Amino acid sequence: MTQPVNSPQFNARAKRALEDVSLQKALSRFETGFIERRRAAVARLPEYDALRDSARDLKDHILGHLDLYLEAYEKNVTASGGHVHFAATAEEANEIILGICRRLDAKTVAKGKSMISEETGLNEYLEANGIHPVETDLGEYIIQLRGETPSHLISPALHVTREQVEADFRRVHTDLPPGRNLDEPASLLAEARAMLRDTFLKVDVGITGANFLVAETGSSIIVTNEGNGDLTQTLAKAHVVISSIEKVVPTLEDATLFLRLLARSGSGTELTAYTTFSTGPRRPGDPDGPEEYHVVLLDNGRSGMLGGSFQEMLRCIRCSACLNHCPVFHAVGGHTYGWVYSGPMGAVLTPSLVGVEKGGKLPNASTFCGRCEEVCPVRIPLPKLMRNWREREFERHLQPATARYGLGLWAAFARRPALYRFASSMAMRVLGWFGGKGRLPALPFTGGWTRHRDFPAPQGKTFQALWNKRKAAR
Amino acid sequence: MKGRDAVFATIRKSLAVSDDDRLRRETVEARLGKHPRNLVPSRGQKPAGERLELFKQMLDMAKASCTILGGHEEIPAEVAAYLRARNLPHAIRHGEDARLALIPWAREAALEVTKGASDGKQFASVSYAFGGVAETGTLVMLSGADNPTTLNFLPDHHLVVIDERDIAGDYESVWDRIRERFGELKMPRVVNWITGPSRSGDIEQTHLLGAHGPRSLHVLIVRRPG
Repeated sequence: MTQPVNSPQFNARAKRALEDVSLQKALSRFETGFIERRRAAVARLPEYDALRDSARDLKDHILGHLDLYLEAYEKNVTASGGHVHFAATAEEANEIILGICRRLDAKTVAKGKSMISEETGLNEYLEANGIHPVETDLGEYIIQLRGETPSHLISPALHVTREQVEADFRRVHTDLPPGRNLDEPASLLAEARAMLRDTFLKVDVGITGANFLVAETGSSIIVTNEGNGDLTQTLAKAHVVISSIEKVVPTLEDATLFLRLLARSGSGTELTAYTTFSTGPRRPGDPDGPEEYHVVLLDNGRSGMLGGSFQEMLRCIRCSACLNHCPVFHAVGGHTYGWVYSGPMGAVLTPSLVGVEKGGKLPNASTFCGRCEEVCPVRIPLPKLMRNWREREFERHLQPATARYGLGLWAAFARRPALYRFASSMAMRVLGWFGGKGRLPALPFTGGWTRHRDFPAPQGKTFQALWNKRKAAR
Repeated sequence: MKGRDAVFATIRKSLAVSDDDRLRRETVEARLGKHPRNLVPSRGQKPAGERLELFKQMLDMAKASCTILGGHEEIPAEVAAYLRARNLPHAIRHGEDARLALIPWAREAALEVTKGASDGKQFASVSYAFGGVAETGTLVMLSGADNPTTLNFLPDHHLVVIDERDIAGDYESVWDRIRERFGELKMPRVVNWITGPSRSGDIEQTHLLGAHGPRSLHVLIVRRPG
């Protein structure tokens, strides 16, 4: 694990995020952006839910036969002239890629977007070994200039404002006239396009991720809107794909099933502008394309998740729908989670990959509203999996003493129904007096909660009282 | 253990399986060999007569433009008009596709036509699509000398010719045609699905066209390619 894990500091990071004015402005765009676009895209496809069922079942089938599909994939990559390198750990993956770059005497490498390379800390590793990686996805390019990591699966610079991008471009692109106009996002895009064109045309190695790997044909698939991944892999001498073992799918038809769900669930579009299926290096007679094709397949703890309580998490296709619909993500953004993955999928995957000792705070950062499971294209029961982690954390005594005392106190009431009913109806009455029909801006002992939102005042009777009344009326 | 051995050993241990389980192997081989179709949405199963309309509609949604031409002989004038309307240099580049070679480019005397891959210096390229998918307005391009991949990405303007009869309803029909052409388990080096021009929403979720690839995608649908 070479990417440092800051997840244990979740609480302090969340506090900083809530007080960060520009971050809060950036996060306020969710309802009109991702959520509305996905809703419209789903409404255009009546078969959406049936496709999700098929995708869930197919992923379960793949995971149950993962060794055999990986063998078939490896055989077919080799048959098309490519090379597959398996890496059990992040360190192994980084060493393999460095070896390829050194052999080709590469000084600068172009990179398409890859979360797996974030997991291995590839950029820092290459940099430390004298090789300069250049991120080519616009969002990734921006955060690389800022020395940051992605804050969202598909929109890595989500947390950055236009003004900040302008300041970064002026700071770094010092060869350009200082008086140039960068008021519009379009002029920023044009400047990045011009800067990166040179990189594409002169690099020796192009590194991309993969959204899927096709066992039938030995193909890797990337989806992009910008076309940066295609330029990265087409113009370099060697195309290096860095991906993880659970991304393999059996056939082209199976990849197609997932592609119908991926962009629709994430960015809320029918498809991304480019979906590219790459199979091996340049063929005889080809006027363009890479001369070498390598695939580095990272495990990094995934194989240990098979057959256990968290296997369902390996169905994830990284669409970002769960992040986009998560009230906690909306409030604190991606960096607060402290490692590579954020939102509900990050809260489940992080403890699986880095251990519950370091990642255990994340599954607690949930309101359990269930929206993540509702929108997941492969129907991962994210709330259930987060609850599993909470139980493990409790069993291993990893929570702070106050949380354990609080739970113990609650349990003392919950085990005595008469006492519980009496105490909750009293508490409701008291809160009702203070809050009237509205919301409570502050309460004793709950400053941490009410600083950023109001506590809803109870309206009328307790749930149990209403339930009993309803039963009696029948 | 490191690398490959470690990965496979842990997978098999976690799944509690051995590598000589015949039933598992047969299941996997059957799926790979038969490549069964999954659910295909009804939007992808329109009859031939309704596909063109859907294809146009989806191209529009993807911010691509299109025009319908009777035959190949109309292509030079259409390309010249496209360049003129945008004040672009009268030059295009295309690959070795035999169908493009038959187009009477000489009818547009001012149009400079060069052949080969792109080195990033061209403003406009012309490619011939292998197929189209009406479901999403997607063009299916194959790599090789006929239609070099760089022509899909480096020029600012990408003009793509497609025969109306090659517009399928769904992606699956195009996979079948690729298997017919190249054989089972074989793929051209690159298959590009292209759905609209290059775009980015990375700055404040503002959607802009012309990120790293073409700023504009224009599709020329030929009804009677001859």
